[in-house]
Amino acid sequence: MATATAPLATQLEELSSDEILRYSRHLILPEVALEGQQRLKASRVLLIGAGGLGSPLALYLAAAGVGTIGLVDFDVVDVTNLQRQIVHGTKDVGRPKLESARDRLKDMNPHVHVEGYETRLTSENALEIVRDYDIVIDGTDNFATRYLTNDACVILGKPNVYGSIYRFEGQSSVFATENGPCYRCLYPEPPPPGLVPSCAEGGVLGVLPGLVGTIQATEGIKLLLGIGEPLIGRLLLIDALSMQFRTMRLRKNPECPACGTREIRELIDYDQFCGIGGDPLQDPHGIPEITPSELATKQQRRDDFDLIDVREPHEWAIARIPGARLVPLGAFTESLSSFDSARDIVVTCKMGGRSAKAVRQLQAAGFKRVWNLAGGILRWSDDVDPTVPKY
Amino acid sequence: MAVTLFLPTVLAKLADGRAIESNGDTVGAVVADVAARYPGLAPRLRDETGQPYPFVTFYLNDEDIRFNGGFDAKVSDGDELTVVPAIAGG
Repeated sequence: MATATAPLATQLEELSSDEILRYSRHLILPEVALEGQQRLKASRVLLIGAGGLGSPLALYLAAAGVGTIGLVDFDVVDVTNLQRQIVHGTKDVGRPKLESARDRLKDMNPHVHVEGYETRLTSENALEIVRDYDIVIDGTDNFATRYLTNDACVILGKPNVYGSIYRFEGQSSVFATENGPCYRCLYPEPPPPGLVPSCAEGGVLGVLPGLVGTIQATEGIKLLLGIGEPLIGRLLLIDALSMQFRTMRLRKNPECPACGTREIRELIDYDQFCGIGGDPLQDPHGIPEITPSELATKQQRRDDFDLIDVREPHEWAIARIPGARLVPLGAFTESLSSFDSARDIVVTCKMGGRSAKAVRQLQAAGFKRVWNLAGGILRWSDDVDPTVPKY
Repeated sequence: MAVTLFLPTVLAKLADGRAIESNGDTVGAVVADVAARYPGLAPRLRDETGQPYPFVTFYLNDEDIRFNGGFDAKVSDGDELTVVPAIAGG
């Protein structure tokens, strides 16, 4: 187990009497005390993402008195975010997440300075943004940005407090410290696009980013203060369903191109590294598509065709397109014999990704007249029938 | 050797649950046994040639098998093998 490292926040900044009162419960902790609180005030922490993990992270770091919190996010608040993204409120729907988070953090603690970067973190801007911070906390929602964050941290020698979540499970660790492992030591390469569904497709328990984000915030504060045993060289696995926490040994890989051999000296094209472009979700090349409006016309004309919905039964219970038949993607292969190759087949799902896979399976099985419903049931609701609820 | 393989919830539905009892002398043999019994799970555990993926980490007890011979790592009676696929949600 890694022992306490030297405090990352090396500067001290004077506290006003208002701040001394506010941070009273920290100041009476011998492990923090006046000096630790002054370190926190002088410290700079960069959060990648102001979403599920970023919400509790930003709130607790601001409450704790971290002097400067950088936020990187280019998204706007959507009503489906509010089930877990507690830094935003109902009144903020439609606002940029940065503005919404900044207002909430200023209310939480006016002594904290919030620096916003309303941009996607890219290979072009990452080093410039990360350079000015003591610690980076990875709360992003995709593999490409995770590898980008990791490599930027390794190149610049900034600790990367990692957390990721899916459904009921989470992971956390501290990467890219001087002698510790990095994200690439844990996962040398990302899965191909589409293999691991996003939280938008697979779902996530709203409390889970709270569990994992507060662990990341704890690790960040420990690193800044140089107290306790950080999660360096350990991977924490969190299972909310069984409520079990396990730690696995994580070793620095001497062959790691980032932190081992250090052959990665500059940032690469992370979309290409993650295979984005070959994904049917991103690149529908070769998959015949039909728009919701075209499908509605086809239905009105009473064309002879089958509409197959490949979502899960619990999604089918939320919303469906009239006339569709449910064949979940998991059971699709076994159901191929139930389809009539002489008839036209339109396949749909929530957003068009899973149905694209089903179309490919049908094509591979020799079906010629198959179409993917572009944008799935969400676009059907936007373009054709708003009474079909979006989820 | 009798070994228990633990799956994350997301893969458990492709098997009979989260804990699968299996047998084999190496991690690779255990994975091959489980893959043969659960064909739907097989492609999530290893590639078509039977080799591990770079985005699915196997822990033998609490050690990453990559530092211990990979799928050739020897297992002992009562060992626990835990599958930890990469996730990216945030």
